Formats: sequence, structure tokens, C-alpha cells
Amino acid sequence: MKSGLKFPIYLDYSATTPVDPRVAEKMIPYLTEHFGNPASRSHAFGWKAEEAVEEARAQVAALVNCDPKELVWTSGATESINLALKGAAEFYKTKGRHLVTVKTEHKATLDTMRELERRGFEVTYLDVDGEGLVDLNALEAALRKDTILVSVMYVNNEIGVIQDIPAIGEICRRRGILFHVDAAQATGKVDIDLGALKVDLMSFSAHKTYGPKGVGALFIRRKPRVRLEPQIHGGGHERGFRSGTLPTHQIVGMGEAFRIAKLEMGAERERIRALSRRLLEGIREIEEVYVNGSLERRVPHNLNVSFNFVEGESLIMAVKDIAVSSGSACTSASLEPSYVLRALGRSDELAHSSIRFTLGRFTTEEEIEYTVAHLKTKVAKLRDMSPLWEMYKEGVDLNSVQWAAH
Amino acid sequence: MAYSSKVIDHYENPRNVGSFDKSDPSVGTGMVGAPACGDVMKLQIKVNEQGIIEDARFKTYGCGSAIASSSLATEWMKGKTLEEAEKIRNTQIAEELALPPVKIHCSILAEDAIKAAIADYRRKHGLAPQKDASRDERKVA
Repeated sequence: MKSGLKFPIYLDYSATTPVDPRVAEKMIPYLTEHFGNPASRSHAFGWKAEEAVEEARAQVAALVNCDPKELVWTSGATESINLALKGAAEFYKTKGRHLVTVKTEHKATLDTMRELERRGFEVTYLDVDGEGLVDLNALEAALRKDTILVSVMYVNNEIGVIQDIPAIGEICRRRGILFHVDAAQATGKVDIDLGALKVDLMSFSAHKTYGPKGVGALFIRRKPRVRLEPQIHGGGHERGFRSGTLPTHQIVGMGEAFRIAKLEMGAERERIRALSRRLLEGIREIEEVYVNGSLERRVPHNLNVSFNFVEGESLIMAVKDIAVSSGSACTSASLEPSYVLRALGRSDELAHSSIRFTLGRFTTEEEIEYTVAHLKTKVAKLRDMSPLWEMYKEGVDLNSVQWAAH
Repeated sequence: MAYSSKVIDHYENPRNVGSFDKSDPSVGTGMVGAPACGDVMKLQIKVNEQGIIEDARFKTYGCGSAIASSSLATEWMKGKTLEEAEKIRNTQIAEELALPPVKIHCSILAEDAIKAAIADYRRKHGLAPQKDASRDERKVA
């Protein structure tokens, strides 16, 4: 074991990120000292908390170039997505009942869309190409006179591909259709300019960008004005969009995290690009390895790779010194492989043999070198145990085999 | 996913990984499962003239529980007659390895692999296939 390495090595930044120590430090006083309710207008405790909330709101707005008044605090991107989709669908349902999204969206979007279907809306789920990208012509063709909302994620959580949000925004705006973007995985990784993007609603998460879990935000454009039916009722907080006492410490955390992201994103992206290049180089020295998703239109933080003839869960067990995630069925509750990898057209076998590596702010060169060496050893060991590898080496065409499945 | 120490042991130190020559008359080969399901097991037995399984080998494409189930199967089969080996139940494998409910199917596949290897050996030697009494009482946890 090399000195300086802490095990397990964390390479699952897309699942969540550690709170940046600077963020944690900023948050703590708001737990025990400045604990006032930001809605308390009559005393200094409240004023102080409100000040902190508005400062944070401005910090988030600064990262994405929008008006702070256009941001509503939520408990996280999942809630933001629910508010955006249900809120808009219910408000504009007299205009039309057709919604469009993509098969590779996060479950927060897909499951909300299913719920809207149960409520009588019609949803089109667009396919993606083999690289994971939406075909703009197919998108345009899917839009109808009764389409009221399109939802596409900026950066995919499993494969890290970046959709052409500017172009999709243009298409939607031309037709007067609302456009929602799930940007949970995008903040701190790609530049987001809501001054230029024709996006009406955008969902943000704190814990994907070195902020705390349990807080997020929803951008709701004011010009042209977007209307939503609130989903959580109560004291009318956040201009009626989302009732509930604001968690000052959480919000301060998100603000500080986004402030740091704006400052450090450029340099961080380049540092991570170099690391992920090295990781890919190393992984490519292994035979029969497939990268899932476009390499060009992708955030450098994400590398999703299938190791043919080796099963994903056994691979994760093999690299247990490294925290990663797999698109393998065994690691999800059902026995089905990742729907994102399936949507790319990946065979079940390759979907089963996939590992997602996501790098982040605290990833080091040493960790990457260890990972590369470790992978080579373990993949070789598992292939020695694999009947499929044996058959491949013997020149057997596995597609021609009659399997005795149970 | 938390694995039992026995599963981890079989995974770290698998017993009897490898292959026999399929064409060898004393060898029976069973291949079960499918890549699309994420589980493929190849189990081979070497049977001596007394009808005793003197050696066994496995190769498995599958999760830790699948690898452990097939590794354990090869351990248990050694020294048994074909009839005795056929009596190995998936429930015994699952119990020995403390498999959680979501992994029971790995033990079932291992039991299938054992039977397939034995059936293959029998077929090669023109022996009548045994009536598979176990299928009626197969338990799925």
C-alpha cells in the first residue's frame, strides 16, 4: 500500500461529493449561533438568517448567470424536478397535455413523468443514439401543437454526456414550448449561462457540487414569465412557490459551494481532464474494453467503461479498495441492467460488465495510478475465472451459442 | 452489498478454477446460465472408473455470490458418486454461504450446473439419465 493513499479510494463523485471543508466551516455558525428563522421579520435573529439566505441566493445566481429573484430553494434536485414538471404541467394543462423527455433521464424525471401519465398527460420518451446524445431532428419531429414542456438533462449522471441544451432551447422557444433542464450533474463542470440559454426551468443540487445533501434550487424564468402550480403548501415561502421554513445552514452551504465552483471550475476541469485521460489510457491497455457514451461531448469527470467477459458486481468486489458504481443488474435491486446503457444500444452483457468512475476535486494522481494497476490485475484474475473469456480466446462466437438460461 | 465472510473467502481464494479437456471421456461438462442474465457457470467433473468424482473444475461469469456458489459446488462434489452429487441442493449452498434472498438464484444455477455436468457425463457413457426427483421438491427461498 502506498503511503498517502486513503482507502477506499473515492471515485464515485457522481453519486455524491464530500462537503468542501470551506463550505462546512461557513455553515456551522448557522446551526448554533445564527439559528434564526429567515422568515422572522421582527428581530435580528431573523434578519441575520435572511441576509445569509439572500447572499447564498446571489451566489447561486452568479454561477448560472440568472437573477437571484428567479431562484427558489428546495430540498434537492429531485424536489426541484418534481416542482418544475408537475407544477408546469398542471398550470398549463389547458394549453395542452403532451410532454417530451429522454429515455436516459434520471429517475426523478422519469418517475415524475410516469406520475403525470397516470394523471392523464401523454409523454414521449425520446431515444438516444449510440453515443447517448439526443437527435435534434427526432426531438423536433416529436413536438406537437399540444406539447407544453420538454425536459432534458444537461449532463447525464451515468455516462457524463452533455446534451446540446442551447440548440434544444432554441427549438422549444421558437414554438413557445417550456424547456426544463436537470442540471444536477452540470454545475461546476460545464459553464451555464441562463442569460444566453433559452431555458425556462432549471434544477440544481448542492451535494453534487461539494455542498450538503438535502438542499437544491429551481430556476424559474421571469422574462418571459413561467408559471407553476406549487407542490408544497403552507406559509407561502419563496413567493408561494415552495412553503416551508428555509434551512439557513443548508442554503448557506449551497451558496458557498457554488461560489467556490464559479471560482475554481476552470482550473479544476483541466486538472481532472488530465487525470481522466491517464485513467482512460491505463484502462485501454486492457483488452476488450468499451467506453460507454460519447467521449467528445462528455464531462472529463466521468468515465464509464465496460470490461467484456467480466461481470460488473464481481468486478466491483474485486476493486473493493476503490469506491465506484456499476451499471450491473446485480447492484440494483432488480435483476435488470442499467436502462441508460440499454438505451445506448449496449448488449446486456456489456451493460452488466460496466463500471462508472467519476473523478472530483480531491482525486489525486496517485489514486489514479493505483486504480489503473489494480484494475489490470483484477480484470485479469476475473477473466481467468470466466468461461466467456475462455470461449472468446478459443475463437467461439458467443452470439451463436445456445444458452441454457434458467 | 455486504457479503458473508464465506462468500468473500471463495471469491478471494476460489477453489478449483480451471478447465478439463472437454473431449476427455472421463470428463462431464455442464454450462448453464446466459450472459444476458449476468450469470454463466461452467462446471466440469472428472469421474474415475468406480463412478466417483475425483476432481472438479469451474469457471464462472457472475457476481461474487455466483462465483462462491460454483466454487463451493466443486468442493462438495469431489469424492462423491454421481448419485450423491446429484443430491446437492441449492438450499444447502445458500445456507453455507449465507446468501441473501436476492442472491438465491446463484445457488440454483450452481445446482443446475452440477446436474448438467453429471448429465453430460452420463450421456457420453450411454447411461440412462436419472429421474430428477429433486426438481419436485426444489425450494426457492
